[in-house]
Amino acid sequence: MPEFYGTKIASRLMLGTAQYPSPAILAEAFRRSGAGVATVSVRREAGGGRAGPDFKILIQNLGVAVLPNTAGCYSVRESVTTAQMARELFDTDWIKLEVIGHADTLQPDPFALVEAARNLTEDGFQVFPYCTDDLVLCEKLLEAGCQVLMPWGAPIGSGLGLNDPYALRSLRAHFPEIPLVVDAGLGLPSQAAQAMEMGYDAVLLNTAVARAGDPAAMAEGFAKAVDAGALAHAADPMEPRDMAAPSTPVLGKAFL
Amino acid sequence: MNATFTILGSGVAGLSLAAELSERDARIQVIDPNGAPGKHACSWWAGGMLAPECEGVFSEKAVTRHGRKAASWWATHGAGLSQSGTLVVALDRDHNELATFARRLNGAVWLDRDRLVDLEPHLADHFSHALFVESEAHLNPRRTLTRLRKRLEQSGVVFTEDGTPNGQVIDCRGLEARDHLCDLRGVKGEMVTVRSEDVILHRPVRLLHPRFPLYVVPRCNGVFMLGATQIESGERNRATVRSVVELLNAAYALHTAFGEAELLEVGADARPAFPDNLPRIRRTCDRVYVNGLYRHGFMLSPALARMTADLLLEEKEPEDFYEDHR
Repeated sequence: MPEFYGTKIASRLMLGTAQYPSPAILAEAFRRSGAGVATVSVRREAGGGRAGPDFKILIQNLGVAVLPNTAGCYSVRESVTTAQMARELFDTDWIKLEVIGHADTLQPDPFALVEAARNLTEDGFQVFPYCTDDLVLCEKLLEAGCQVLMPWGAPIGSGLGLNDPYALRSLRAHFPEIPLVVDAGLGLPSQAAQAMEMGYDAVLLNTAVARAGDPAAMAEGFAKAVDAGALAHAADPMEPRDMAAPSTPVLGKAFL
Repeated sequence: MNATFTILGSGVAGLSLAAELSERDARIQVIDPNGAPGKHACSWWAGGMLAPECEGVFSEKAVTRHGRKAASWWATHGAGLSQSGTLVVALDRDHNELATFARRLNGAVWLDRDRLVDLEPHLADHFSHALFVESEAHLNPRRTLTRLRKRLEQSGVVFTEDGTPNGQVIDCRGLEARDHLCDLRGVKGEMVTVRSEDVILHRPVRLLHPRFPLYVVPRCNGVFMLGATQIESGERNRATVRSVVELLNAAYALHTAFGEAELLEVGADARPAFPDNLPRIRRTCDRVYVNGLYRHGFMLSPALARMTADLLLEEKEPEDFYEDHR
């Protein structure tokens, strides 16, 4: 099971908390999936602290680790301020750092991300950076003090799956000791299983579950896929090969 | 002697219940410290769409079932009802949003551009196809609340700002009842009204978008209500620039002529909602609460009023949304 900044998590599935039809369905999705981490947007859902205690209580009642995020921030300053607000609101040093560089695709701004990650790490935060799958960017984030990496599978909310499996495999190979989480872009459980089969430690998603016709059922589907993929990775899967290899020898069998 | 009731709150829930009880010859007093319908009530800011099919895409079946009866109730209770259906569109690149919505929507037909030209010619330049739900309706919330209150006054319902409750108490105060209802929360909504002589729409239009969904409800004299954000927050009366920009941007994407529209009003309030976003008729030792109408105030208040009146006058247990906490 994954361990982030010394905290062990009981599930490889991490879920967002936005866009569900109702808080009751959100809670049901967490219950049925056993997801271990809830990420929550401080800027929007929590209304910047003006919202009153309801949403905070709702999230805390899920009974899982809370990972506040800086969704919707477009600059170093904005994301750092939001992170500080999150620390106060949820009493945690964890922060999922999002610094968006492109409004349409919600693609992260890699330069601002590294700077914000360095600032926050120096301020005692434990940063989970939402990043692209660029190897050099990931190296810089580790140098900035991050001990977890969260490369995207595809743009946020797109449901496209793992757009560049080569890049994701390459990250796994280069950072064998760093917890890696595929964050964003997953649309189907099979894509989550694929990430786990590559040896990723966890996946984080929101839209695919929240916007499904039956979010709780979809959450459970993702939980099963994540377990299946992790089992497969641990079981040392066979390599694909071009030749057929009959699993039962046919030589000497009688014709029936 | 006729039964006597005190209704707390004169938003859409309280007024609908007063109407339903008064038609069954009960004596009714409505207490609302804010007086006549106005900005203090969250129903004042509503879109007024009676759209049980479209809302059914995100809601439990009971919401659709009860919501389908709302239009006929309002038609007989003074609302100037427009029964012209709902149009649902998406920009070409968001076609999948429309396809998913269509799959989960009942009672809709696909329109191609030719049929769209007939129904909403001003949208036919921008959209090649749309979904049309003919059975849905809409009303003007402010006019409806004001008219309903006047009708009730004429039929003998007493309205006071600081009266003493007598008889059975029904608490319809929305978010104001939070002190008593610990599982009630606010879901903030922001809206904008604009006036444009260059856009003509005959019915509410929903623009689907993965991040910034919008509905536009035409009022009269070129006025349009643009709504509404949905944010987990009990904060009332503060609209943010970001929300307003998103609403206006989406309206501009729907029709570029909205870019030249006159900005009339920006509004915000919080909808009262329970964790499952379904309303409640909750009976306790000292009162009955009718609350949690969420974004379905005008659509569900007739059914809640009927079920609550049945409960109070005939001891008939409501078929849905009922909780006995005595």
